[in-house]
Amino acid sequence: MFYYLSRRIIAMIPVLFGITLISFFIINLAPGEPTDMQVELNPRITPEIIEKLRKHYDLDKPIHVRYIKWLKNLATLDFGKSLTPDGRNVMDKIKERIPLTITINLISMFIIIIFSIPLGVFVSTHRGTIRERLTTMLSFFFYSIPSFWLAIVLIMVFGVYLGWLPVSGLKSLHYGSLSSVQKFFDLAKHLLLPILVASVGGIAAFSRYVSSNFDDVIKQEYILLARAKGIPERVILKKHALKNALIPVITILGLSVPGLISGSVIFESIFALPGMGQLLYQSVMARDYPTIMGMLVITSFLTLIGNLLADIGYMIADPRIKYR
Amino acid sequence: MRTTIFFLCFVMFFACKADKPVSVSNKSGNLKPDYGDMLIEGSIGDASNLIPFLASDSASHQVADLVYNGLVKYDENLRIVGDLAESFTVSKDGMKIVFKLRKGVKWHDGKELTADDCEFTYKLITNPETPTPYSGDFVMVKNAYAKDKYTFVVEYKEPFAPAISSWGVSIVPKHLLEGQDVTKSPLQRSPIGTGPFIFKSWQQGEKIELKYNDEYFEGRPYLNGVVFRVIPDMATMFLELKSENVDFSALTPVQYERQANTKKITEKFNKYKYLAFAYTYFGFNLKKDLFKDVRVRKAIAYAIDKKEIIKGVLLGLGEEATGPYKPDMEWYNGNVERYEFNPEYAKKLLAEAGYEDRDGDGVLEKNGKPLRFTVLTNQGNDARIKTAEIIQRRLKNVGIDMKILVLEWAAFIKEFVSKRRFDALILGWTIPQDPDLFDIWHSSKMDARGLNHYSYSNPEVDRLLELGRKTVDKEKRRKIYFKVQEILADDVPCVFLYVPYALPVVHKRFRGVSPMPAGIAYNKYKWGVPRIEQKY
Repeated sequence: MFYYLSRRIIAMIPVLFGITLISFFIINLAPGEPTDMQVELNPRITPEIIEKLRKHYDLDKPIHVRYIKWLKNLATLDFGKSLTPDGRNVMDKIKERIPLTITINLISMFIIIIFSIPLGVFVSTHRGTIRERLTTMLSFFFYSIPSFWLAIVLIMVFGVYLGWLPVSGLKSLHYGSLSSVQKFFDLAKHLLLPILVASVGGIAAFSRYVSSNFDDVIKQEYILLARAKGIPERVILKKHALKNALIPVITILGLSVPGLISGSVIFESIFALPGMGQLLYQSVMARDYPTIMGMLVITSFLTLIGNLLADIGYMIADPRIKYR
Repeated sequence: MRTTIFFLCFVMFFACKADKPVSVSNKSGNLKPDYGDMLIEGSIGDASNLIPFLASDSASHQVADLVYNGLVKYDENLRIVGDLAESFTVSKDGMKIVFKLRKGVKWHDGKELTADDCEFTYKLITNPETPTPYSGDFVMVKNAYAKDKYTFVVEYKEPFAPAISSWGVSIVPKHLLEGQDVTKSPLQRSPIGTGPFIFKSWQQGEKIELKYNDEYFEGRPYLNGVVFRVIPDMATMFLELKSENVDFSALTPVQYERQANTKKITEKFNKYKYLAFAYTYFGFNLKKDLFKDVRVRKAIAYAIDKKEIIKGVLLGLGEEATGPYKPDMEWYNGNVERYEFNPEYAKKLLAEAGYEDRDGDGVLEKNGKPLRFTVLTNQGNDARIKTAEIIQRRLKNVGIDMKILVLEWAAFIKEFVSKRRFDALILGWTIPQDPDLFDIWHSSKMDARGLNHYSYSNPEVDRLLELGRKTVDKEKRRKIYFKVQEILADDVPCVFLYVPYALPVVHKRFRGVSPMPAGIAYNKYKWGVPRIEQKY
């Protein structure tokens, strides 16, 4: 297993390299350059100014030269400087935003797991009852709801009409003058709705996976054997069925990392949260290549880690699976 | 920044007309503002750089406007008045401007502002190492220098009428920037200016806070502070407004007309509406054979119902455009051919041009070629897409088959507009305060970098535009641009469609908000709240 893991980790390096190579070139293929967003259709811009700006941003150099330069910087974990007028270090820009996005996603991932597994088992073990149908219907309903719509409705109800929760943003205006306990509650109040929105679709989707896997597992012969042996149903479900039913779910969890980050784009915009999703969207619109690349590297790294964790999770959940 | 920037705009902020505001009378209307309270302003985007000439986005300039001053500024009636300059004189030939500075103006760090700062700012902007999109404003300058501590002199290579307005550029402190790489300066993130408000803090992607400047040369502002909150989503912005967490924001026509007519909003907010500094047009590519005949262009102009577009797209919140200025500007000439909706006359013009429907498919032809073309517009601007659809139907009625192609912004500009690969397009321009139209309508701007997308070339217009730039006398200048508008209307290089209203709302507790041709934001630093209504 140690051999396997070290091999996997080493294999991540060329994969990551391949991802950066392809994305760097694809991003640069998109029409428009960072400078265009600053000067396009502005009559006061002379060709000299455009050349000056392009030179300032190194855009006058051929793409492979820029890529190699970028790669060299990456080796020292330097993502370069943003090509927007703020000209800040990409690392700084990402660093101040990444904790928020990761926190929201980890919490919502936790909530998704906590709720979807019992829900899925419930659905699977109560097939045909009215309660099951109702649950299934509701989960389809929440799965189909677009998250931006749900977000706006929740804001309207809890933020505007009831006034229980803040409408958007991360902190209250008087945040600076609060004690640390109050600060915690202030943040929690602001994050309640975003986390809810981020979780609801996931709970619905994952509970479907769990229940269908559970259906498959419960038909297996070893379950039949367990029943024949007279083991109590509760123990069968918990000990024998659930563990096996969760194996495919682990894979899906591992693969869902990029989806969570792209999902952040939507709710971070609606809830005006200064996270990675917002930054990614702005950077794409501004063709801010280094920032986009920086975030892609981090996201792909997280995805690869997610896959690796999923594989490890596999091994723990199913001792038969052995990697060499 | 108070210079005349004219960008193609998606977002129109606070551009105004002395139209009656739709304000509801204040219960306690006679109260005078007192010191205190804060203004919370909603902004769609975060600022990028607070050294204003390094940034071109409106969010940065909104903040910088309150922190810095220029030598001159536009007053509420769009006249140029002194700001840091106590007075200024333009020489008779228009080649020299002398600014007399106010004495005793202090930077936020306590040092005094002098003419050296002005000279330094000029040198910094024109320095080839400074990545600014604004250096083009100063290419005509021959020499700019501090004559003494309070006198700043600018000499031009030739008379250049738009020159004076370019000195609205924010003056930056020499003592903090000299000898440094401006792109590494901490002032980009925590600016030090001379303006009515002092920079306090900036939480990336969240908010920027300013506090009042006790030593401002026009006296301290009533407000204790201004907060710019970043709320990227317009729907969320409206909900924040509804919960009174935002005091000042711009609305979309639907929000303004439908959603903001509830008691909850009208009780708490004053709604304003003014003509924005922008127009939307339907432009022809005059290089295409199809549009070489002016009768075809005129027929299209007559076939389009501008009133219908304003009603359908803007819910009536706009006015018909007849030229490149807005109707409440002194440069606007309303006495031009207006192309009132007249499909019958459009058909007649097309018949005169030799078009008729021989095969009975509803589309006119000439020499076997159908009257068919594609109009391009950009994604993300619903108003333009809807406008295209309305025009499509009207043109069909007179026998013209128009297809619509909606493109992503960067691809649209780079691959189609700049390369002139289009038949027609629907786009908009912002309207500058200075009437100079050279960059868009002069024939020298027809190349790929230029903005004469229509490839419009008229020697008389060229001559007038060149003359207009050199004419300093306002009356003479107005006559020149009146004539240009007449010719443009007759030549129809594009159909001027509409000027939308800017639709801001401001919380009722603020006093001193008065809509003028310059908008309402021009005197934001003078707004205030009576003590009993103060909130923060």
